[in-house]
Amino acid sequence: MSSATTTLVEMRPMSLWRAVAQNELAWIGLILLALVVAAAVLAPWLAPRDPLEQDIVARLQPPSAEYWLGTDSYGRDVLSRLLYGARISLFVGFVSILTAMLIGTSVGIVAGYVGGLFDQIVMGVLDVLLAFPTLLLGLMIAAMLGANLQNLIIAIAVTEIAPFARVARAPTITLREREFVEASRSYGCGPFRIMTRHILPNMISDVVVMSSLWLASAIRTEASLSFIGLGVPPPAATWGGMIREGFENILDAWWLAVFPSLAIFAVVLGLNLLGDALRDASDPRSSAR
Amino acid sequence: MMIYVCRRLLLAIPTLFIMLTAIFVLVRLVPGDAASVILGDQASAASLAALRQKLGLDQPVHVQYLAFIGKVLTGDLGQSLSTGHSVIREVLLVLPSTIELTVAAISLGLLFGLPLGIAAALCRNGWIDYVARVISLVGLSFPAFVSGILILIVFAIQLGWFPVLGMTSGSGSSVLERMRSLALPAINLGIIMSAYVMRVSRAAMLGVLTEDYIRTARAKGVGPTRLVMTHALRNSLIPIITVVGLYFGTLIGNSVLTEIIFNRPGLGKLIIGALNARDYTLLQGLMIIFAICVIFINTLTDLIYGLVDPRVKYT
Repeated sequence: MSSATTTLVEMRPMSLWRAVAQNELAWIGLILLALVVAAAVLAPWLAPRDPLEQDIVARLQPPSAEYWLGTDSYGRDVLSRLLYGARISLFVGFVSILTAMLIGTSVGIVAGYVGGLFDQIVMGVLDVLLAFPTLLLGLMIAAMLGANLQNLIIAIAVTEIAPFARVARAPTITLREREFVEASRSYGCGPFRIMTRHILPNMISDVVVMSSLWLASAIRTEASLSFIGLGVPPPAATWGGMIREGFENILDAWWLAVFPSLAIFAVVLGLNLLGDALRDASDPRSSAR
Repeated sequence: MMIYVCRRLLLAIPTLFIMLTAIFVLVRLVPGDAASVILGDQASAASLAALRQKLGLDQPVHVQYLAFIGKVLTGDLGQSLSTGHSVIREVLLVLPSTIELTVAAISLGLLFGLPLGIAAALCRNGWIDYVARVISLVGLSFPAFVSGILILIVFAIQLGWFPVLGMTSGSGSSVLERMRSLALPAINLGIIMSAYVMRVSRAAMLGVLTEDYIRTARAKGVGPTRLVMTHALRNSLIPIITVVGLYFGTLIGNSVLTEIIFNRPGLGKLIIGALNARDYTLLQGLMIIFAICVIFINTLTDLIYGLVDPRVKYT
């Protein structure tokens, strides 16, 4: 691990980008992601209908020229709901990953910098958190707190804190022994300043690289929790919730479950492709493979 | 060796305590309290007080905590609020079908993931490698319920090859029927599993293949099959075992979703049932059982390292 992190420290953002730009799979990932982000941002203009507007006469219509992706059991337009659903998926994913990044990175840096018993206890607790299945942990937290947007974000953020802390801690341990940290310490820099000004900037790229992979995991968890019924409550359009409703009509309306399924698959695949390329590019040993 | 085993087992104890404490805290995080959530808004003050007393919620927190730990340690996980049976009984009733599914998924994952990963490593940057990497990325990108639904639509509904409604009540059905109802859920979980195994075995093999002893073996004239099977594979097993061990937790999580989709009895359906019935004792009991399972598998994984790789230091 240590040799990988020292090479990473010297990595410049531009060369990282160049390495990613040469990877065709990363481009596919970027394009998939750009499409979903565009769908989310432009949903009010792109959506042909109001995602919540019910039309009982036109219920369970298969895909047609009028309803491109069909309608659900309330006669709501699937395409419009899919576009608006992208907003919730991405919003929940981004906010929970940002929260987890903020908390996890801070915990990891402090644990790595302080070391000793404190480090052992913190990492022990985080290892337990890491060992517990993401989905079950999220499910338990969401179930205990109640199903709404805020609790959903809390539940997903908690499941992603431990990986961030681990990634932040490893380089901190090597960085704290480096000469420039030693030098600033001898100048009289306090621990807070050393951690935020000297250690954080040197390891933030590791954290950012991993966050695209964990964003994929967060979006997957959001969809799974919504599918179980612990997501943003109806009638809001969420992909997981749409699949849940589609699953109830799976025998006579396949399109209800299939289109949101493909949407989740596309965004998670896009993030995984991009994240893989970023990780390979930032770790020369793995990119050689 | 014995010292290593004992030490590793001792290490599991604080982990278990942290998990139990976390579960205790989590259950107390319920807005309001568990009693008012279980009984709903219209409950009378008397029935609320009665349930609080039954659940021990009227005691001070530290007393509740000690009682909780004491009960767990004596194997008492309480009674399900909705059925009145003990949590242990509820779990034992459905555990065989979950184990059946998990074992089938792990076997499928190893059966496809391992050869594919080795082949990809041997033909690095060739077309097999490329195809294998894309397949594994696709496998990793499907949430279990999404792939489950797509498999269900194609193979059970459109093609009609498999039953749509999953497991028929269990005991009376023949082995063939059981296998048929197990097939789709196991394939669904197996695909994801083989994606993980493929990735790790590829990376591990690549790491080992550049080692000096492989070059030496090759120079000695060891044939390619023997080279891979005895020299390279054995040395790359540790990360593969780690992933199978780590994935076990994810597998349980994914089996929750898979059991819903394919309508199979199991721990997953039990969790969803407990959620819908607001059966907090059953949920808490299930969390404890999952925690114990996870710790058990992690400890087992560590112990297997020693068996596979004699270089692991027993200190």
